Amino acid sequence: MTAAFVAGADVPLKRRLKRAERARQFRALGLVLPLLAFLLFTFVVPLAGMIWKSADDWEVPQVMPQTVAALEHWNGQGLPDEAAFAALAADMRTAREAGTLAVAAKRLNYIVNGYRTTLLSTARKLKEQPAPGTAKETMIGLSPAWGERESWTAIKSASGPVTSYYLLAAVDLTRNADGAIVAAPPDQAIYRDVFIRTFTIGFGVTALCLILGFPVAYLLANLPTGRSNLLMIFVLLPFWTSLLVRTCAWIVILQSEGIVNGSLQWLGVIDEPMRLIYNRFGVYMAMTHVLLPFMILPLYSVMRGISPAYMRAAASLGAPPATAFLRIYLPQTIPGIGAGCLLVFILAIGYYITPALVGGAADQMISSFIAFYTTETVNWGLASALGAVLLLSTLVLAVVYGKLALGRQTTGGLKN
Amino acid sequence: MDGGMIATTDTLVRFTGVQKTYDGEHLVVKSLDLDIRKGEFLTLLGPSGSGKTTTLMMLAGFEVPTHGDIFIGDRPIKNVPPHKRDIGMVFQNYALFPHLTIEENVAFPLSVRGVSKAETKERVAAALDMIKLGNLAGRRPGQLSGGQQQRVALARALVFNPALVLMDEPLGALDKRLREHMQLEIKRLHETMGLTVVYVTHDQGEALTMSDRIAVFNDGIVQQIDRPDALYERPVNSFVANFIGENNVLSGVVENIEQGWARVALDAGGSVVAQAVNIGGAGNRTSLSLRPERVAIETGDSGDSTMNRLPATLTDLIYLGDHTLAVLSTPANPEFMVKLPAGSYAGLAPGQDVYIAFRPEDCRALDPV
Ligand SMILES: Nc1ncnc2c1ncn2[C@@H]1O[C@H](COP(=O)(O)OP(=O)(O)OP(=O)(O)O)[C@@H](O)[C@H]1O
Ligand SMILES: [Mg+2]
Repeated sequence: MTAAFVAGADVPLKRRLKRAERARQFRALGLVLPLLAFLLFTFVVPLAGMIWKSADDWEVPQVMPQTVAALEHWNGQGLPDEAAFAALAADMRTAREAGTLAVAAKRLNYIVNGYRTTLLSTARKLKEQPAPGTAKETMIGLSPAWGERESWTAIKSASGPVTSYYLLAAVDLTRNADGAIVAAPPDQAIYRDVFIRTFTIGFGVTALCLILGFPVAYLLANLPTGRSNLLMIFVLLPFWTSLLVRTCAWIVILQSEGIVNGSLQWLGVIDEPMRLIYNRFGVYMAMTHVLLPFMILPLYSVMRGISPAYMRAAASLGAPPATAFLRIYLPQTIPGIGAGCLLVFILAIGYYITPALVGGAADQMISSFIAFYTTETVNWGLASALGAVLLLSTLVLAVVYGKLALGRQTTGGLKN
Repeated sequence: MDGGMIATTDTLVRFTGVQKTYDGEHLVVKSLDLDIRKGEFLTLLGPSGSGKTTTLMMLAGFEVPTHGDIFIGDRPIKNVPPHKRDIGMVFQNYALFPHLTIEENVAFPLSVRGVSKAETKERVAAALDMIKLGNLAGRRPGQLSGGQQQRVALARALVFNPALVLMDEPLGALDKRLREHMQLEIKRLHETMGLTVVYVTHDQGEALTMSDRIAVFNDGIVQQIDRPDALYERPVNSFVANFIGENNVLSGVVENIEQGWARVALDAGGSVVAQAVNIGGAGNRTSLSLRPERVAIETGDSGDSTMNRLPATLTDLIYLGDHTLAVLSTPANPEFMVKLPAGSYAGLAPGQDVYIAFRPEDCRALDPV
């Protein structure tokens, strides 16, 4: 607008402005550069690596390159031709010598149960490269599995370079021998339940934190500074001890011979010790305790900014306290509620140690499965795919929150 | 008690013996007896910390009197919560609800009273028209200027036709021109709507131009409550005389009092006759109060024996357009001010020895400062 008024001087002015702006931007960039570099190497690169791993299909192409090449033009109907059998035999021998066959066997075993045995025993029995023209016969002779189409579709589907196998598996789907997406067999279809459980626990913990944290934040925001500082120390106390210690304290308190059961029995309220731990109750209890400060702090910071004059104004305009609270105070705390809930929820669905220590087998959340696949079975593909699904749902939530938060303007009005 | 009878007819609010302390040691309001009449514009005027806001807050119900009672009509309001007092309030910082639009802000008092949608719409539109902000109805408070916000706060406090409207320094944050404009606007609303207004300010000009009556607060006590002209012309004590308008002070000792006239021997020599207003008896110390425009400068002896005359030296003449301010040095007061009407200072020059002359009825003998 101003530029229009100084039309003659327009160009040099704009350029000067840009130059000035650029200097400022460079300075700002310089300030955040170290952090950006740090984040790049500790966050962005590993995250990209993880997402890549959830789709990367390197084992079979690397271990059995000739077979993969031979199957390239196979249409998936019937059995492949003699050349493919010969290539398989050659690949097997090379891989067995190099000691890499197990890698491919593990990958193929995800698709067809028992593939590892087939592959390894065939390789063991295969003393030498079959004579030209007899490869098919020889291989089927060594293991009848090579006469079945599934054994070959498995290799073809795992021949890379990328696969949807892990991502589908993470949501209980798989491809059948024809390549169509179908439900995974019941014994492998567990992740949807685990995701639902993870989100249920996440929502439950978030709700509990909100219910418990809101009044505390309100009190903190409305007490005189001296006393609110003291209370704040109590709120932050949990941060002074390690997560592990706190969780173990819950075990001590809640176990059958623990303080709660002991006291209740001593008081005669119960005869038998109640089961308070290694179940869902224990998980909710311990996680709510650990995550409560993450709800209270954002709520507190928002409530601090709400002038008590608003409630007085509402009262003077005729609103009873409950109405004033619901219509005037509560709406102004929504940014805090949103931030607190988002924070607690995202932290909660990634929790691992607490449910592992105080939960039962049916209370384990998705993170413990991710940990299981990375540390126990070294199935990076599936671990990454589960992580990617978790990441995606978190991102969706963050976007929804951003939309909601942007949709309302809650600041301003109190000009002083 | 016939005072009570009068209270029911034209007194809207009455404070009887109200005291307030926050810390249990120090009385912020010492003893407040105050009647607010129906339809009047009453201003609470006083220096910072004198208890004006506290008084307003007790009336609105946000603070509880430590002692004494407040009545609206005949009804003591000790146990009436703020939202049932039917008092509209304009806060110093407006306190517009930031998450609601202007329209919703103004509609708020109606909607909590269960007024129908159609009627609410009508009354809100009328209220916004009154403050000439109908075109900004959909904006949020943060998008308005200070003066516009102030007007919205006003409309919101008036839209439900409260019996009483309280305003706590509502114009404090505005610039001079806007403040003067809003003063007229508020005054106009007060007259056209027949409102009863209790207005807090520490700007005496604002108080003098707007009020029907002014209560001057100091140190938790109402020093004087009166019409603006009476407050200016007839202050009852030195605090009021000094707080309202310009004032010249002369200190002395009362020699005698006769039929309301006191002869006072000035500390610096000479004696004058003054109206005895707030002095005990002969022998007490007193401060004489003289308004600068009630004093004349004489170069020679006019011979009028009813006038008090004191010798003085003119030290400065300050031209102020509509009048000229003469600063004089007298033995009793080295900074004596006299306001001269425009064009009446011909023949005067700084350094000249003159007399200041004033009538006894323009000189008030008050408590010593
Ligand atoms: N909530 C409170 N707690 C303790 N002391 C208070 C409180 N509010 C006011 N005071 C004290 O009471 C006295 C009177 O305050 P009040 O706000 O009534 O003054 P005021 O006349 O409105 O002054 P101002 O013109 O500065 O607004 C002051 O000394 C103040 O420090
Ligand atoms: Mg005040």
